[in-house]
Amino acid sequence: MLKIRNLKAKVGSNEILHGINLDVKAGEVHAIMGPNGSGKSTFAQVLAGRDTYEVTGGEATYEGKDLLAMSPEERAREGIFMAFQYPVEIPGVSNTYFLRSALNAMRKHRGLPEYDAMDFLARVREKVKLLDMDEALLNRSVNEGFSGGEKKRNEIFQMAVLEPKLAILDETDSGLDIDALKIVASGVNALRSPERGIIVVTHYQRLLNYIVPDFVHVLYNGRIVKSGGKELALELEEKGYGWLEESVPAGQTA
Amino acid sequence: MIAVKEKENEGVYLSSFREVEEKLAHGSPSWLQAIRREAVEVFAERGFPTTKDEEWRFTSVAPIAGKAFKPGRHELTPALRQAILGHAMADLDCPRLVFLNGHYCEELSSAATLPKGVRAGSLGEALRSEGAALEAHLARYADYRDHSFVALNTAFLEDGAFVEIPKGVILEKPLQLLFVSEAGNGLVVSHPRNLILVGRESQATIIETFVGLDSATSAGLKPAATPATTAATEGVYFTNAVTEIAVEEGAHVHYIKVQQESSRSFHYARMQVQQERSSSVTTHSFALGGALIREEVRAVLDGEGAEAVLNGLYVLTGSQHVDNHTLIDHAKPHCGSREFYKGVLDGRSSAVFNGAIKVRQDAQKTDSKQSNKNLLLSEDAIINTKPQLEIYADDVKCTHGATIGHIDSEAIFYLRSRGIALAEARNLLTYAFANDVLGRIQYEPLRQRLDRELFTRLGETGRPEEA
Ligand SMILES: Nc1ncnc2c1ncn2[C@@H]1O[C@H](COP(=O)(O)OP(=O)(O)O)[C@@H](O)[C@H]1O
Ligand SMILES: [Mg+2]
Repeated sequence: MLKIRNLKAKVGSNEILHGINLDVKAGEVHAIMGPNGSGKSTFAQVLAGRDTYEVTGGEATYEGKDLLAMSPEERAREGIFMAFQYPVEIPGVSNTYFLRSALNAMRKHRGLPEYDAMDFLARVREKVKLLDMDEALLNRSVNEGFSGGEKKRNEIFQMAVLEPKLAILDETDSGLDIDALKIVASGVNALRSPERGIIVVTHYQRLLNYIVPDFVHVLYNGRIVKSGGKELALELEEKGYGWLEESVPAGQTA
Repeated sequence: MIAVKEKENEGVYLSSFREVEEKLAHGSPSWLQAIRREAVEVFAERGFPTTKDEEWRFTSVAPIAGKAFKPGRHELTPALRQAILGHAMADLDCPRLVFLNGHYCEELSSAATLPKGVRAGSLGEALRSEGAALEAHLARYADYRDHSFVALNTAFLEDGAFVEIPKGVILEKPLQLLFVSEAGNGLVVSHPRNLILVGRESQATIIETFVGLDSATSAGLKPAATPATTAATEGVYFTNAVTEIAVEEGAHVHYIKVQQESSRSFHYARMQVQQERSSSVTTHSFALGGALIREEVRAVLDGEGAEAVLNGLYVLTGSQHVDNHTLIDHAKPHCGSREFYKGVLDGRSSAVFNGAIKVRQDAQKTDSKQSNKNLLLSEDAIINTKPQLEIYADDVKCTHGATIGHIDSEAIFYLRSRGIALAEARNLLTYAFANDVLGRIQYEPLRQRLDRELFTRLGETGRPEEA
């Protein structure tokens, strides 16, 4: 469903992604691991269409379409969802209003009738339960004054409501205690299905105990330097990211 | 007679004053006639302000001064009646007084449901029937001796609303004053004058709405106009309004002004509030329409423990210009004032916020806060914002702050990444910025009306999606 070839991106004159290759098929869960500053968030944001990052080379096709030619909202409506590492606070816009607008934008795109406030609430209630969210958060402004954990949970809650085809989770696990982590993981696992693809970006192996990936890729200095099965995550955890510096050929680290 | 130099632009008003002087005098108390004469002399002397005047530095009234405005008609035709009743602001589900081009329109007014003892009707009428009773208040608060537009309004003072709420009366519903301008072929001026007296420990909400019947609405009022006859003056009018509000001890007043004039109009307004001990007044000023607008709100806290809250919202597009000049005069100790003004500017629009706070020597323990926040939606929009503090007492707390910002691009991306279109995302964030000012309106039907108006207006400013 997602095919990425030699993708390069920069901010200003600073090239961050130096040529990424990745294939995600429906039904697969891919983990992308890497040390701080390796380009994980850049990669996730580029897939979601953030224009701060300029794509300077390569291709990305999503369900046969040119992903890079689509606006962020088109990508979302076509089923791509990116959970932000740092979700944005939006004072004055209620969570419910925001999410209903988002859901209705997707439904309209698919030729489905829009939800009114009642339908929406009914649909949302079960997801609130799934993520063990405080329903009061729904009426608050988007992420405003939420704790770090509440923000992450809110991201997964949005994902659960929007039911994307391709979910990209950017360090959704960092900062979560173990209970919250389990809840978030069960939210993600509930979404796993043969039609969906999931990319889990993480710094730590811990999350992968709960969301077991089919493939693990190591991103280092803007390149995927290693790919393997789930055991690669364990190996990485054991040896630490320092291991990469030794094992990656010198020419690739620059 | 007026023995001063007549400036080119002022001449039309002076000769017009001579024409109507006799008519105005007819049935008017003599004290008022003296005030009118004094006021016209002040106007003749001062003329229109120019940008050399510090108070008008960023607002040129040349477009007003350069036009020969004349009073408009105020007969209610069936078509006009229909147009007025069809206006969204004529449907607020509360008692109302309606004015057409500045004149009271009894047929469309409905004040019968007001509590016993409350008077609400035409000021012109009240002046004829019991002028003496008004002498202590009319033109005593809004000083015409130091202000061209107030002087002009006072010189032509003829009609408007007179509202008197006696001691201890609580109005359950707001009272609306609806000012409708219908300019037809244009260059019409009106000088509405309102006097609101709120008695001791009474409580009231008053909604002052200014609307213009735009060409679409008034099209049905005229024989089909061919494009060739669409004059440059069509729909061009000037509202020059003054409202005086005197609030007695312990009374509570919400005074909400909604300015929704049509797009080619000019609007000057003074809202002058005089407060006695322990009274509380909250004003709201919504500047939405018009081409060139000056909104002045002045409150004098003239008794211990009085409180004033001034709220304001201006939402501009195209080349609109709005100038908000406020003055809170702390004349007595232990008074509080709060001021929250917000502006949204798009296109090539421009705005001025000048918030003056005066704390007199006597006014110890004054507690005053002012904030002005602006959201610029376009690179070409201009805002001039400035607090103006004059403090003569030493034990006071006065804070102020102003911000000018743009739409947060991270928030835009967040919304878009959830499928919300760029234009809608911008509207949503703009609306979120402005929304809390609306939230301060407690009368639900009006809040909803303004809410809808804001959404529609933001819709207009939404940009087409980027490719
Ligand atoms: N908006 C930006 N402006 C400038 N530099 C950026 C920006 N975003 C990321 N970078 C730089 O790109 C590199 C990769 O960052 P990031 O993608 O956030 O890494 P990760 O998510 O793996 O920690 C870092 O050196 C970071 O400083
Ligand atoms: Mg990151």
